Amino acid sequence: MTQRQARVAIIDGGGANIASLQFALARLGVAGELTVDPDVIRSATHVILPGVGAARSAMARLRQKGLSSLIPQLTQPVLGICLGLQLLYETSEEDDVDCLGVLEGGIRRFAAAPGRPVPHMGWNQVMPVRSSPLLAGVPDNSYFYFVHSYAAGISPVTTGSTEYGWQFSAVVESRNFLATQFHPERSGPLGARVLGNFLACS
Amino acid sequence: MVKGIQFRNHEVVGGIVELATRYRDEGADELVFYDITASPEERSVDRRWISRVAEVLDIPFCVAGGIRSVADAEEVLRNGADKISINSPALANPGLITDLARRFGSQCVVVGVDSREEGGTYKVYRNTGDAAKTAYAGLATEAWIVEAQERGAGEIVLNCMNQDGVRGGYDLHQLRKIRAVTSVPLIASGGAGKMEDFAAVFSDAGVDGALAASVFHRGLINIGSLKEFLRIAGVEVRS
Repeated sequence: MTQRQARVAIIDGGGANIASLQFALARLGVAGELTVDPDVIRSATHVILPGVGAARSAMARLRQKGLSSLIPQLTQPVLGICLGLQLLYETSEEDDVDCLGVLEGGIRRFAAAPGRPVPHMGWNQVMPVRSSPLLAGVPDNSYFYFVHSYAAGISPVTTGSTEYGWQFSAVVESRNFLATQFHPERSGPLGARVLGNFLACS
Repeated sequence: MVKGIQFRNHEVVGGIVELATRYRDEGADELVFYDITASPEERSVDRRWISRVAEVLDIPFCVAGGIRSVADAEEVLRNGADKISINSPALANPGLITDLARRFGSQCVVVGVDSREEGGTYKVYRNTGDAAKTAYAGLATEAWIVEAQERGAGEIVLNCMNQDGVRGGYDLHQLRKIRAVTSVPLIASGGAGKMEDFAAVFSDAGVDGALAASVFHRGLINIGSLKEFLRIAGVEVRS
């Protein structure tokens, strides 16, 4: 499937900053439709679960829209971004909230330390852990843009890792569920490459 | 490396987009736009330029100026900015920091602080966009920064006014002092004149970022060459 035929649904989690993701998709020649409509989401070729904001309010919104049961059943490629990655796990330490449970394990908070402020905000390097469609063509130890206070540890689904006090999952891939802790839409040409890699998945 | 772009006039939007992409191509890691039309005059501003910038820019950017409410911030973020930076409105209403952090998360709430050394202590100034309205805000810099963090600021930009525009180097003494009480990212601003100043502020003051405007704007320093200089000096920079 070419990227032009992609019909991308962006799940509207109520966050304010979706424009940068839509613009990034537009630069790849793809329109992303912001939606909470289960039919639009089900029929999309690709689904993106973005996220800026807090886990509890995001989960409350997904439940209210009936999407918390729909998302785990999706069979097309799904990309979680930032909080969207975290919501794929079972639980989050952020407000002690139950998440979607697509991936095993929980989300932990970073502890601030001298020389390591929280949030972890800025450009950091991603190390490949195993072969990964999302990171295809991306050189080892490339920089991506991160903004987060919580993260997932390393597990069998981790395909890319980043170090910030401890090694956390920067990229995870499990069946049709893929996710990045960094913001590809704000990570320059390599970020665009990751988004393009996602759109090339079928 | 953060590049500040200050502008006052909406006719220059094309110029803003062009400048932004140029600095991005040179290797800036983040851009800050100071909409100085927006402040300190109390009027609403046309923010369509933000989405023009967001359309082309693929690195993070922050908008400062004229954000006085959750609704203002929402408009800026919805147009595609990644962060909002507030300064005088936070001094007038510290609860604004709390409200913004609750609504959008700390990660997009930057608090800018203009600080000046006087008689051995550091004091916060407000309305520094307009010389006639600039005034002591009645707060010690350290105390204000601690409060801003407690209220949910996710990043502090400390502008050292004694140094601003002088290009005599960052205020390392003040930045070290503030670094010690700041557990969120701290960005140094004011004073950059030569490449060595950037190396010093990272190695001696331990800041997370260095913001500069005039040295880049006047073409005195090229961002690409600066990053190469920093890399050789042992500062971790994005390649």
